Amino acid sequence: MEKRVTFRSAWLPYALLAPQLAITVVFFFWPAFQAVWFSFQLQDAFGLSTQFVWFDNFIALFGERNYWASFRTTAIFSFSVAALSISIALLLAVMADRVVRGALVYKTILIWPYAVAAAVAAVLWSFMFAPSIGIITYVLKGLGVDWNWVLKGDQAMLLVVIASAWKQIPHNFLFFLAGLQSIPKSLIEAAAIDGAGPARRFWSIVVPLLSPVTFFLLVVDIVYAFFETFGVIDATTQGGPAQATQILVYKVYYDGMKAADIGGSSAQSVILMIIVIGLTAIQFRYIERKVHY
Amino acid sequence: MIERRPLLDFVSHAVLIGGALIIAFPLYVAFIASTQTLEQVMQMPMSLLPGDQLVQNYTQVLTAGSTKGSKAAVADMLVNSMIMALVIPVGKITISILSSFAIVYFRFPLRNFFFWMIFVTLMLPVEVRIIPTYEVMSDLGLLNTYAGLTLPLIASATATFLFRQFFMTIPDELAEAARIDGAGPMRFFWDVVLPLSKTTMAALFVIQFIYGWNQYLWPLLITSEEEMYTVVIGIKRMIVGGDAANEWQLIMATAILAMLPPAVVVLLMQKWFVKGLVETEK
Amino acid sequence: MAGVAIRDVHKSFGPVKVIQGISMDIADGEFVVMVGPSGCGKSTLLRMVAGLESITSGEIAIGERVVNELEPKDRDIAMVFQNYALYPHMSVYQNMAYGLRIQGRPKAEIEKRVQRAAEILELDKLLKRRPRELSGGQRQRVAMGRAIVREPKVFLFDEPLSNLDAKLRVQMRSELQALHQRLKTTTLYVTHDQVEAMTLAHRMMVMNAGRAEQIGAPLEVYQKPATTFVAAFIGSPPMNLIPGRIAQGGKVLAHDGEISVRLPEPRPALEGRDVLLGVRPEHFETCAQSEALLSPDIDFLELLGSDSLVYGHLGADKQGMRVAARLHISILAKEGRLPLRFSAEHVHLFDPESTRRIED
Repeated sequence: MEKRVTFRSAWLPYALLAPQLAITVVFFFWPAFQAVWFSFQLQDAFGLSTQFVWFDNFIALFGERNYWASFRTTAIFSFSVAALSISIALLLAVMADRVVRGALVYKTILIWPYAVAAAVAAVLWSFMFAPSIGIITYVLKGLGVDWNWVLKGDQAMLLVVIASAWKQIPHNFLFFLAGLQSIPKSLIEAAAIDGAGPARRFWSIVVPLLSPVTFFLLVVDIVYAFFETFGVIDATTQGGPAQATQILVYKVYYDGMKAADIGGSSAQSVILMIIVIGLTAIQFRYIERKVHY
Repeated sequence: MIERRPLLDFVSHAVLIGGALIIAFPLYVAFIASTQTLEQVMQMPMSLLPGDQLVQNYTQVLTAGSTKGSKAAVADMLVNSMIMALVIPVGKITISILSSFAIVYFRFPLRNFFFWMIFVTLMLPVEVRIIPTYEVMSDLGLLNTYAGLTLPLIASATATFLFRQFFMTIPDELAEAARIDGAGPMRFFWDVVLPLSKTTMAALFVIQFIYGWNQYLWPLLITSEEEMYTVVIGIKRMIVGGDAANEWQLIMATAILAMLPPAVVVLLMQKWFVKGLVETEK
Repeated sequence: MAGVAIRDVHKSFGPVKVIQGISMDIADGEFVVMVGPSGCGKSTLLRMVAGLESITSGEIAIGERVVNELEPKDRDIAMVFQNYALYPHMSVYQNMAYGLRIQGRPKAEIEKRVQRAAEILELDKLLKRRPRELSGGQRQRVAMGRAIVREPKVFLFDEPLSNLDAKLRVQMRSELQALHQRLKTTTLYVTHDQVEAMTLAHRMMVMNAGRAEQIGAPLEVYQKPATTFVAAFIGSPPMNLIPGRIAQGGKVLAHDGEISVRLPEPRPALEGRDVLLGVRPEHFETCAQSEALLSPDIDFLELLGSDSLVYGHLGADKQGMRVAARLHISILAKEGRLPLRFSAEHVHLFDPESTRRIED
């Protein structure tokens, strides 16, 4: 995509770009470069001396069982969040697309959690799931479930998944709704004339046409679960119990800021960067294609 | 829909009402808890009817925070959050619209290089460069400052892409007509591009307001003084330990206060919000 | 006011040569139409005059001044675009006043000039509206108004009527003519529509593949097309071009001798030469079989009421030489052979190699 019509000036475009480039260089490139630099260094406990150690930090990292466990935790967490929020959002969007009466009211109620900060969402859900006083804990007790996420790893995981998915439902819901509304009515009508009932039409027309949106949301939700759920973890489980919810981003933070392991944390940063580059590449290939339609 | 299916309509409404209730339930519980006394909240189960402590709880947190956890006044935190939530979108819109105008409407050496520089920032979220960014902020003396809270968050590839995409839809003939009318590039920018970008800016503003208000990791990293806390950080600081030890009624009151401004923005500007969300591709 | 001189102008986009050496002198107050199929370079040429495209080589002058290096705003021109290019967020008044405001004219003068242009174009009641609240014809008029208020030396029109429906197009055409009569501003007008070209132009330039095939007054172009391209492009249906040869005694034998016409004057110099025999469809008339110069086999008819268009082929082969005729009768047989004749005065001769007209 290029404009045919352009203006000419020797200095103006640089001046226009300068603010954004300055911030980009100082706060993005310089730290990223430092992350790579630190990842090859070993600092003593007081930060007084540093030593260049090549790939030792990476080797140590991959030798660490906790790191592999964190990968596994992140994978389970991300896919659960994506699957849960996508399926609920799809169901709600399909229903919302059908109804006429009350559509705006439903939509308004369904989108507001988008405005809630991840950490606040986590606090709300951890309150309802609180082991001794939570209202849902009370219901679960009545059902015979022994609920205590503070002690039980899988329950802690469930809590952060629910809180994170809840916050992401509005996002997915709006994309599905936009996707549904962009399906030409004539297509549905043609299928109806061909004799397809509502269920048949849904599976043979709506689902295939929504599959690009679904794929897009899958990637976006995984990126979301990877990075933007830091607040959920930090405000509730803080990675526990026994690192059951220690996702990669939380581990970078914990090792770097709390355990002051600069080299190890930086090595993790570098690996995370590689993961983001991969995810962004997937996302962008898709978006670029979509743009060209 | 094409044919009348009363049963299907009924099911649709049932599912939507169920969904809406589940989605809204945490908000309801939070509000109820924020109107009760600590003893009422601690009952198992707590009552789902409002108590009479609304004014007292909110006055308490706004002026003095919690008693067991952070004692910083939430009113100050709200001010900090509001500063972040306003400066970030305004700054982001300003620098992005300028840089995309340069990239779309000029041909100059290194143009593609700069474009890729901006693109690459997509791949460098704060979360992956926590330690070194902290060091840079500390070297620049930006810890515990408003500049530190906002500046690093106003560079964004998505906003630049959004404007670029919008500029591509402005007909070339408008720029040509402006050239014939004698408008230089900046005049064209002020008189034509800026007014036409209003809806894009509004959409971006809503999204970025929420983004700025809801920041967590960043303020957590670079603020250590209470007077710099944002409200989202403040909530976290009120949680002191096991669930019996917390003043949940105050935490929930703070949560409601933390949710209110972005929720109001989303609800009042729903149209822009949806446009912004769907078009920025996040 | 001023004329425009185009001197051996070339334009390349990279290796692609879009304009390959065009020259034309346009007199002060003249209305010149550049016409040709899409991609022939006519819009590019206009945009070079406007200053929206650079000039690869050659020279363009407006009045006495060579404008090659001048910005559009300094060329004293105004342009009307195909899609009008009205600023969507400005009112009609603001759209028309914008150029004058940039020039820094006093408010009162701007007001006066916009008001005057609005009166000429009957826009006075629409001045507060936004472009999206206007009909296609009204937008078109605003675009013209924006050009008029600048009181330029030259008007440039880039297919200004092609977004309008057929009826409005006819109306706007006559309004354009009236406007030019009134303002007498030098005008360059680009279109792909030959009717617009024929009706509006003092002189027209028929363009093809970056070259001017012919420059001349509309009737001259119609009566004496300089090339087979012009012959086929101007006129509807296109001129019939039948391969033939000039025989002794000033006779043209075409379609393997099936058609034989005696030229009005003998042309001994041309004897034995291969030619293309050109006859316009409207110059055919029906006749008795004995007088017929050709008898095409009818393929199909189009009855237009006033005229009838007949499409047929010569010889037995259905894929053979195609012929079209425009006849002033409405009842015709739908098939069979149709005896036709034409007057030798209406014959055009072209060189099959160079495609150029063989002068009378």
